[in-house]
Amino acid sequence: MASEEETKTSSPVFDAEAASCLMKELRGTFIAGKTKSFEWRSSQLKSLLKMVEDSDKQICDALFSDLSKPEMEAYIHEIAMIKSSCKLALKKLKDWMKAEKAKTNLGSFPSSAEIVPEPLGVVLVISAWNYPLLLSVDPVIGAIAAGNAVVLKPSELAPAMSSLLAKLFGKYLDNSAIKVIEGAVPETTALLEQKWDKIFYTGNGRVGRIVMAAAAKNLTPVVLELGGKSPVLVDSNIDLAVTARRIVSGKWGCNNGQACVAPDYIITTKKYAPVLIDSLKHNLVKFFGEDPLNSPDLSRLGHSNHFARLKNLLDDDKLAGKIIHGGQSDKSNLKIAPTIVLDAPEDSLIMNEEIFGPLLPIVTVEKIEDGIEFINSRPKPLAAYVFTNTKPLKEEFVSKISAGGVVINDVTLHLMVDTLPFGGIGDSGMGAYHGKFSFDAFSHKKAVLYRGFFGDAPARYPPYTPGKLRLLKALLDGSLFGIIRALFGFS
Amino acid sequence: MSNYHLDLDLKELREAFNSGKTKESSWRISQLHGLLHILEDKENDISMALKKDLGKHHVEAYRDEIGTVVKSINNALANLKQWMAAKKTRLPIAAFPSSASLVPEPLGVVLIISSWNFPIGLSLEPLIGALAAGNAVVLKPSELAPTCSSLLAETIRDYLDNSAVKVIEGGSDQGEKLLQYKFDKIFFTGSTHVGRIVMSAAAQHLTPVTLELGGKCPAVVDSFSSSRDNNMAAKRVVWGKFGVCAGQACIGIDYVVTEKKYLFNLIGLLKRYIKQCYGDDPNGSHSICKIINKKHFSRLKTLLDEPSVKSSIVYGGSMDEQSLFIEPTILVDPPLDAAIMTEEIFGPLLPVITLESIEDSVNFISTRPSPLALYAFTENKNLQKRLVSETSSGSIMFNDAILQYAVDTLPFGGVGGSGFGRYHGKYSFDNFSHEKVIVMRSFLIDIWFRYPPWTNQKLQLIKAGFRYDYLSVVLLALGLKRNA
Repeated sequence: MASEEETKTSSPVFDAEAASCLMKELRGTFIAGKTKSFEWRSSQLKSLLKMVEDSDKQICDALFSDLSKPEMEAYIHEIAMIKSSCKLALKKLKDWMKAEKAKTNLGSFPSSAEIVPEPLGVVLVISAWNYPLLLSVDPVIGAIAAGNAVVLKPSELAPAMSSLLAKLFGKYLDNSAIKVIEGAVPETTALLEQKWDKIFYTGNGRVGRIVMAAAAKNLTPVVLELGGKSPVLVDSNIDLAVTARRIVSGKWGCNNGQACVAPDYIITTKKYAPVLIDSLKHNLVKFFGEDPLNSPDLSRLGHSNHFARLKNLLDDDKLAGKIIHGGQSDKSNLKIAPTIVLDAPEDSLIMNEEIFGPLLPIVTVEKIEDGIEFINSRPKPLAAYVFTNTKPLKEEFVSKISAGGVVINDVTLHLMVDTLPFGGIGDSGMGAYHGKFSFDAFSHKKAVLYRGFFGDAPARYPPYTPGKLRLLKALLDGSLFGIIRALFGFS
Repeated sequence: MSNYHLDLDLKELREAFNSGKTKESSWRISQLHGLLHILEDKENDISMALKKDLGKHHVEAYRDEIGTVVKSINNALANLKQWMAAKKTRLPIAAFPSSASLVPEPLGVVLIISSWNFPIGLSLEPLIGALAAGNAVVLKPSELAPTCSSLLAETIRDYLDNSAVKVIEGGSDQGEKLLQYKFDKIFFTGSTHVGRIVMSAAAQHLTPVTLELGGKCPAVVDSFSSSRDNNMAAKRVVWGKFGVCAGQACIGIDYVVTEKKYLFNLIGLLKRYIKQCYGDDPNGSHSICKIINKKHFSRLKTLLDEPSVKSSIVYGGSMDEQSLFIEPTILVDPPLDAAIMTEEIFGPLLPVITLESIEDSVNFISTRPSPLALYAFTENKNLQKRLVSETSSGSIMFNDAILQYAVDTLPFGGVGGSGFGRYHGKYSFDNFSHEKVIVMRSFLIDIWFRYPPWTNQKLQLIKAGFRYDYLSVVLLALGLKRNA
């Protein structure tokens, strides 16, 4: 203990001055132009890929240390996704960097136009603790592909991954343009005071507001990947076995519910609830055994504050008698068993904050359509799910529910598809990324217009006359006939 | 307006949106038609309001604020169906069987705050996007152009659906009150100072914003091999500076950069064209806008008061506070640290900065904040390339100015200090939409190895699956292979 504290006080504090120096260095690198070249971007992406390939054991160990994340989850949800993201960026980079031709209209004839993507400059990525590799490196891939200099601030709540990333980035990437700054609130505050060209934040709404307010001082655009209560509407007209499997693995098989797109709560009819609950319980045992607190296939809770918050949700008086499965907890190992709660009161804590853990409330309604109104009366979530084979219900869900993404008959899938933009709306965030959307998130699309001197409409210059007005009207209308008429002095 | 009335108005808008009516394409089309009728029926009233608030000539008013908006509405009407359609996206084979699409949906109740220099145009252009995208809207026009503000309030009330589209007039007090409410988007055109206030307020509600700000838009003026081209370039510079709201335009030319050896000719040409466009008595010509108010007039006057700036005036400089008129003025090489060269001028004062070589302009511009627009008059293809790749700006235009505003296939917006977000054409529609992802899965095929409990075999299968190595998948599943 003592030596830890000693190290803490002896390492340099990352304060406002340090942040300012950092910014100066990165800005110098960016202005010198090196991050803009295709070669640089491509070499950094290749190094990033190699970094992940060489270090997969260390990554799994860090994830196990921080979250007790099972190796399979570490592989599927973090390592494989990053490799895939890098490979896509490498494959498509040339295409993404190309200028796009744009059509021009008669009013600006003769001219030619294109839209040229350019990097924003020096960007800041702040990531979260639940998928500490994925949520750190995926945005960084976009930032590098788009030609920016980038600072990554990993979450201090996943300390093993944070220091692993600092070490690996230092070893594999170009330090004059890509840096990792570790730390907590003081370091993040110092970083946020600087003038970034973009800030990409993944985390919760409370800190999201702080980030955006800090960004506002410098007119810095932001992407905020937040969360929300992602609902799952379950109809009776479904394949129950597949549905239950998908819900259970989507909830507890993804970092034990600690995912921004994890199913937060279920809505089903009073009539169907018992059938669904049975199937969920059955799958829980099948996947995690009779003693889930000791199952190696379940992540633990991220940190002790998190455990305390979830325990508090469970201990809420209003939940008395409503816990119908699970509820056991192990404080020393930061574990809570998969727990199902039936019909928690609407004003209970569990129904009003994003759970982000292994507790699953089930809300019952008279008819399934009532579920849609229930969802819409609440803040917009990052994801919304519906399980049904009934076409009208599917259609109503899709058209009435506003969420970042909607999945029918599965959960969380859309995250893994890099042709789909991933982002929230309303309280669940702003902006999107993944695949080309990452490249776009960190680019400015500059409009470039080339004009000739041939064909100058005298109509645009003063002194203004009625004849000029007629010609202008015709030009703006784009009507060739009108132009001819105006030119010849008719009206 | 009291908070009580604001509360009621916003409640009504939220209810109108929640009822679903603004999402219907028929509603959107009817509102766009309503806007079109306003512009047709009230063209004269609009012209007169612009004349009163800004001294804008009827032709300039039509060209910049009426005609362009009509064009944009027609573009939206012609393309609305396509814009509203869901877009199917390809999915990788690993996600089979499933399908995905992107569906644009309105954000909800949005706030548009517009500025005083193009009070009609900068109110209606974003409004077109908001309506086309199916939102309920609050428009807060600038109080500094009061005749236009009340004309907008009256016409929008008479021609559009009041339960879903409202104009709320007022000054900064009203603006502050409005910003306390939760909107689903705020679209702001104006100064960086107020932009910060808007974004800070939006942060409390996690409301996304678009900020259309300004900056010092430079015009690099090189010499051409043909004198006709030199003339044309100079004429366009004069127009790009003085011909658009007397320099009070976010994309107006702020200052010129040229080579020392071309200076004499350029100044001669600029003077010639100023005389040609505005005559010997520009104030009496009615072809140039006035300064919006005394505050801005004083601000501009102060820019010229610095002795080292005053002595750099080579043309113009006369002012008349009564009529809020400032003559088109040219300065040569005022000090680079004077306010006139560090702040956005937003008026008819044109500094001309000379450099040894025109190539130096790249560095000159890139070491300054990114402007909303960058102009370069040059036939030198290499210089063009360098400007595109080595400088940053909202947009860049060669051999002309301002026109990019009217091209609806080009995104219009800033970068860095000039703002973020973009609009015009489909970009307006997108600005006020959320692209919702919809993924449909079937129950049919369910890959057993995606579920716990985890085993090494499942891990190997997944590794192979990610590499799309289906042969390995089969062999692993059959137990004929141990590792992927």
